[in-house]
Amino acid sequence: MDMQVAKKKLSLKEKYKLMTRDLGWDTTYHTKDEVFPYVKYEGIKIHDWDKWEDPFRLTMDSYWKYQAEKERKFYAIIDAHAQNNGHLNITDASYLSALKIFLQAISPGEYAAGKGFARMGREFPGVGTQVACQMQSIDEIRHAQTQIHALSNYNKFYNGFHAFADARDRMWYCTLPRSFFDDALSAGPFEFMIAIGFSFEYVLTNLLFVPFMSGAAYNGDMATVTFGFSAQSDEARHMTLGLECIKFMLEQDPANLPIVQGWIDKWFWRGFRLLGVVGTMMDYMLPKRVMSWREAWGIYGVENGGALFRDLARYGIRPPKGWDDAEKAIDHMSHQFMLALYQYNFGTAFHSGIPSEDDMAWLSKKYPDTFDKYYRPRWAHLTKLKEAGTPFANMGLAKLCQTCQIPTVFTEPDDPTSICQRETEYKGEKYHFCSDGCQHIFENEPEKYIQSWLPMQQLFQAPINGDLGAWMNWVSLIPGKDNGDYDGSEDQRNFEAWRKQATSNQ
Amino acid sequence: MAVTSTKPYVAVPRDLVQNFNGKQIVYVCWDHHMLFATPLMLVVEPGMLLGDMLENVVKPLIGPDPDSAAVDLTQVAWMKSGQPWVPDLGVSLAANGIVHKEQLRFSTPGLNSLLAA
Repeated sequence: MDMQVAKKKLSLKEKYKLMTRDLGWDTTYHTKDEVFPYVKYEGIKIHDWDKWEDPFRLTMDSYWKYQAEKERKFYAIIDAHAQNNGHLNITDASYLSALKIFLQAISPGEYAAGKGFARMGREFPGVGTQVACQMQSIDEIRHAQTQIHALSNYNKFYNGFHAFADARDRMWYCTLPRSFFDDALSAGPFEFMIAIGFSFEYVLTNLLFVPFMSGAAYNGDMATVTFGFSAQSDEARHMTLGLECIKFMLEQDPANLPIVQGWIDKWFWRGFRLLGVVGTMMDYMLPKRVMSWREAWGIYGVENGGALFRDLARYGIRPPKGWDDAEKAIDHMSHQFMLALYQYNFGTAFHSGIPSEDDMAWLSKKYPDTFDKYYRPRWAHLTKLKEAGTPFANMGLAKLCQTCQIPTVFTEPDDPTSICQRETEYKGEKYHFCSDGCQHIFENEPEKYIQSWLPMQQLFQAPINGDLGAWMNWVSLIPGKDNGDYDGSEDQRNFEAWRKQATSNQ
Repeated sequence: MAVTSTKPYVAVPRDLVQNFNGKQIVYVCWDHHMLFATPLMLVVEPGMLLGDMLENVVKPLIGPDPDSAAVDLTQVAWMKSGQPWVPDLGVSLAANGIVHKEQLRFSTPGLNSLLAA
């Protein structure tokens, strides 16, 4: 007679069923609409939440095990980097500007995404969706944390790292990513998924992380490379969640298509504006460059993005509305952005400078149709002003776009000699924009964007009332240390002196 | 729909003119002069004479451009909110109809050292 023995180990499929799908239940004290109050107002129709597919089939117990292992490896390398003075292995301390921008502007975005996915894990009724969002929420908080820890070592030696949280809240250039995430977080759950899960994580993330992490590797920054690797394996899961979500919405009901398309148009444009910072970093801030912004856009935008939208065409999705305007901007945007960062660098918690002759030769090779014609003459004139002892600081301050909150530095799609200026009136007030894309976003939901906290406007209101010194104090910027030209900065002097100590007998 | 929301939703702009201690915002752009990364944002009193604003506020700010010495701001062609416009330099901004967050543009055809290079 055979004994019936209980099976010791669950199969992967059984485990996933028990530890994910079976965690849900049907409520009886309250209706489903009361328990999930935000899932219908955006107009997305879902008929069967069980159709949600989880390609990863990851359960929470395995998740913790994998993540803990990654953390152990990450902190071992970060410790070694600190103990071996890894900061002296970077190409040049001017590289640190890219890290300062990353810490002030992007890491807080990871944290914001963590908050957003925690909310989505609560608001979506489907269990598979809930668990995937909860895991991504924890991932995003982990990314923010590992980035802050990795970069804290540079804070021991260099200026501009010490107040990234204040910068995130108050700095004028940080309102660009902050307003991006605030916009997504204050939207409904489905729009959030298109904004962060699809547009940011799927369409644009490669343009952010690949150039950034390769830039770190090219410039000897092992701390940043390490947090990049530690985050990379999570990104594959995030991309899958974003893509799964959009397919799910489109397959559930044909009426969802126009709503989803509207969000793709909006969030592609917002994301594209955000990536202007990355392009500027690639073209101007890396002492050892990886590829130009134009080249990166060719691979990750045109090729990969194009393939994605061809794939989604079977659902009726077309490429985002701003796609052609984006392509026209590629050869100009990094130069226009950098000219702004330079002339307002009395108000930045990172250093910038005029590109060297070598750098300009590289730029004209990478941008043969635009750099010499439009941008080299401006840098040449700025060099002349600097050499005359009157470096250019633009005290006129910047006009900002009501939607993306970036200074309106970008030109007309078909005329690189004219700044693109758009305005509209709503309830008797004037509002200005950097592009048709940003104006469309405003006009679709004006009541949302009239509340934009525009930092240049705030500078002239209480509590600052136009006092530049009080403003610097308020954003925790230490003048003469954190801001201004890299040439002649304390970071430059210290790095050169320390590297000399490390490599010679003086 | 002015915003996608679960219930009626009315917002308050963060940069109303009453927040500026008696002043207002005016944007000024010198067309095709791209040394200036964006139009200049000025915070000035609505009672200021337009001629005074050009002479005392705008002129010093455009000084770094190599064409600035050759420009007579009383003679240039103007646009206001995208339309051709003839200002009265002897009266105030308010009397010229320049409201809060007004965009002014002036152009100086033929004068453009940094683009001609």
